[in-house]
Amino acid sequence: MVAQNVPPVDPLEAVVPTPGRRRGGAISNLLIAVVRSPKALIGAVILVIFVLMALLAPLIAPHDPTSNEFERAVGPSAQHLLGTTAYGGDVFSQMVFGSRQSLLIAFLIGAIATTISALIGVAAAYIGNLPDHIISLVTDIFLVLPGLPLLIVISSYIRSSGIMVMVLVVALTSWAYGARQFRAQGLALRNREFLEAARVRGERTWYTIVFEILPTMTGLLVANFLGAAVYGLIAVVGLQFIGLGDISTVSWGSMMRWAHNNEALQAGAPLWELAPGVCIGLLGASITLLNYAFDEVSNPALRPPRRRVRRRRSSVTAEAAS
Amino acid sequence: MIRLLRRLEFFIVTFWAAVSINFLLPRLMPGDPIQQMMNRMKGQISPAARHSLEVMLGLNTTDPLVKQYFAYWGQVFRFDFGSSITYFPDSVTHVIAIALPWTLGLVGVTTIISFLLGTFLGAAAAWRRGGILDSVLPPVFAVVGALPFFFVGLLLLFIFAVVLGWAPVGFGYDVTLGLSMSWATVGQIIAHAVLPASAIIVTSIGGWVLTMRNTMIGVLTEDYVKMARAKGLSSTRIMFQYASRNAILPNLTGFAMSMGFVISGALLVELVFSYPGVGFILVQAVTGQDYPLMQALFLLITTATLISVLIADAVTYVIDPRTRVRA
Repeated sequence: MVAQNVPPVDPLEAVVPTPGRRRGGAISNLLIAVVRSPKALIGAVILVIFVLMALLAPLIAPHDPTSNEFERAVGPSAQHLLGTTAYGGDVFSQMVFGSRQSLLIAFLIGAIATTISALIGVAAAYIGNLPDHIISLVTDIFLVLPGLPLLIVISSYIRSSGIMVMVLVVALTSWAYGARQFRAQGLALRNREFLEAARVRGERTWYTIVFEILPTMTGLLVANFLGAAVYGLIAVVGLQFIGLGDISTVSWGSMMRWAHNNEALQAGAPLWELAPGVCIGLLGASITLLNYAFDEVSNPALRPPRRRVRRRRSSVTAEAAS
Repeated sequence: MIRLLRRLEFFIVTFWAAVSINFLLPRLMPGDPIQQMMNRMKGQISPAARHSLEVMLGLNTTDPLVKQYFAYWGQVFRFDFGSSITYFPDSVTHVIAIALPWTLGLVGVTTIISFLLGTFLGAAAAWRRGGILDSVLPPVFAVVGALPFFFVGLLLLFIFAVVLGWAPVGFGYDVTLGLSMSWATVGQIIAHAVLPASAIIVTSIGGWVLTMRNTMIGVLTEDYVKMARAKGLSSTRIMFQYASRNAILPNLTGFAMSMGFVISGALLVELVFSYPGVGFILVQAVTGQDYPLMQALFLLITTATLISVLIADAVTYVIDPRTRVRA
């Protein structure tokens, strides 16, 4: 039922927006898609709540997230909304402040991985020939190498470093899937007139890729950014859960790590481990919901059938009228 | 045939890349990992373990890197990865051989279950476009699929093992009873596998549902399905013998491929449940800085993935005649 209010979109326009349209148009198209799709709207609302939580953390959290001066492992109370940790920290405050690192990680990994995917994928498609073959081979290798184990191996060698190194490592091991998508879409655009025109004008390859081709791929860029952000969020949390990366910081991943090490589930402080987990799940789900709406916009085949919607709507109105 | 040969070539190149990464990583990293480790372990590491680390990392030789590299390839082909440090003096190969069956059993069975169940649900959803299944399943699974594997595991563990007490809290069998060839042991193993298995099924089934649904939607618009309808064939027959048969192709390839992820697929779930499989061992290796074990496991996981990609290709080649025409 929920899915049926997605607006009809001209399929051709959705897949490859006409190059005449500039970036602003495409972005407002996506915004309209979000507002009109209930799924995407729910996702957007949850995301906004998390952003506010991160920005206003000092105002929301009642205690200092790093302090360990409270009674140990007590249940929820007015003073400690989600109870305390086995070390005597306030779970709610840690959870609120933890959102900062997780959002930052998701955003950075999404941005870095998407940039790499887009540049590599489009370059392969646009340049073609031997460079394309080599780039595609490397992409395929990265695609097949198992992501999490590779991440674990790399990060266990550089374990003592901070969260930014972690972000880079995750981004550098997760661009391959996106690069393939960008290459596919780049191939579809290759022989369009506006690219011929750029070639004739003698524009540089990089200029053409960045300023002529990429702006036509806003939908794919956004979808890719969101996908990479979710992947990055979960990957870093997973690594922290194992004990890799920087687990001395206040973050959802390190909370879960320490909670699991202290057997919080069995030892009467389950919220210590579950609360950050719920946040990660909600944040991941909100981004996925947003992405789901974008998928339906860019791939009309996935949208619910229009004819049936109309029929049902008319029958609903008929019922309402009678 | 040419296509398969080309894939074989890709397989070899990727395998070469994986082994090379494995060889280079510890040697490229700054600092002295052994010294770091000695410091952290405060001298508790035995001289023999230290020696095996040195051998593995090539720190005991003055050989040039190229020579070490070829020696490493020799080790790879002899399955000789030295001794494990956490499980000293057991050899790495031995440690892995003990862990492997647990993972293969747990993840193998759950992969098959979630593939069968998901494919059926996906086909049913597409068959009744706009029906309850079709409008509820995709968004639900899109969201559930976004949850981290291990979080679903934690949640199940908390609800069913800690609060309700219906299932054991962890490990692959009841350690107090030990392992023996009896029905009691088999029951134990199954009881311990139920929760991790559910966690894996819940988070992985969505992919099968969505792929099957989306392909099936495409297939249902094909002329031969319309033709079958026009002939007045029963809908079950159209659904199973006409539409599903073709729509299942991408899922079958996916299935062949996911068999390769069986070994690595549930790393964190195994950690959550302390399930004594490959993932659990890998995490142990990482926390214990057992580099020989860690690297051998990475190589094993990569090889399994590669082989299954190759099998997936062969499967597509056999079941989908269209791919043969193009080659």
